[in-house]
Amino acid sequence: MAKRRYKGLTLQFVSHREIARLDSVERIKKLLKIVLDNKVIILQGRLSAGEESRLIEDTMVMIGNVKGFKGVELAVITGDEEGSSVWDKFKSGLARALVGQQDAVTIIGPASIVKEMKKDPTKLELVMN
Amino acid sequence: MAIKILRDFTKRMFGMFFRQKEEISLGFYGPPNAGKTSLANKICKDWTGDEIGKVSKMAHETRTVQFKEEVEIKYKDKSLKFKLVDTPGIATKIDYEDFMKGGKKNRMKKKQAQTRAKEATQGIVEAIKWLDDVDAVIVVLDATENPYSQVNITILGNLVARDIPVLVVANKVDLRKADIKKVESAFPEYEVVGISAKYGKNMDEFYESVFRLAKKA
Repeated sequence: MAKRRYKGLTLQFVSHREIARLDSVERIKKLLKIVLDNKVIILQGRLSAGEESRLIEDTMVMIGNVKGFKGVELAVITGDEEGSSVWDKFKSGLARALVGQQDAVTIIGPASIVKEMKKDPTKLELVMN
Repeated sequence: MAIKILRDFTKRMFGMFFRQKEEISLGFYGPPNAGKTSLANKICKDWTGDEIGKVSKMAHETRTVQFKEEVEIKYKDKSLKFKLVDTPGIATKIDYEDFMKGGKKNRMKKKQAQTRAKEATQGIVEAIKWLDDVDAVIVVLDATENPYSQVNITILGNLVARDIPVLVVANKVDLRKADIKKVESAFPEYEVVGISAKYGKNMDEFYESVFRLAKKA
């Protein structure tokens, strides 16, 4: 990844269906391949806790092996459940168990492009390099 | 012979279920510069007189997992033995150029900064691997920083998935910018204790929480 100036920003949408059939290793490989292509990923849903830590591990290994790669910025926005009723929480819990957490959005960007992701419960601010 | 086998089997089974852990492996996790080593040092100094590692204002000072075994902590009339496992700060990015910035005292040369960055990446991988070998975890956060960072959420998510009991520590409450309420509202399902590891503020409440945490381990 050579250092260069970016005139634009490419956002790549990855649907839940696109990664649903992949195993964890393939899933992370696919996402990191897009990041290495200097694109910011908007992923429908979220990775599991284990996959998120695996993503960090693989990112760390890549920093040492891919020239110019500094890592990733990562944020997950989930549906706000604060104030929702027990019945609503039960319904969303059941839906997650059946089809995965599709009401979340995961943003992953290369650290060379996205300097920081400032997250508050209701908003996400991307600070660009 | 049969009686001996039966007796040994019964003894093993009872030992498995009823033996109390002799030493609880207590991990210190969190983002870089939150004060994990400062807190581990404070505990070690309070109960053993030694320190576990070096601290500095520069991120990624701890780049390998550090241990202190047989740390006996006493609270009221109880005492528990811990193995403290201080881990490098977990991050999603590391840029060696960051180590070349800052004051003249801390600024590094390119080669030195690259080495530090490489060690830091290896330290993060090692820290994540250690999640399988701790009985309980203290997640140390900087109370002056935004607690909603994905690294914090990922660490806590992994601990929940592994069924490891957690105590969240909001460190640096001595600083004016510290906002313990924000940490509490970010993680309402966890016990949060506000402390200053540097000045030893609120350590009594912290040790009380550690004993509650140890009960769950």
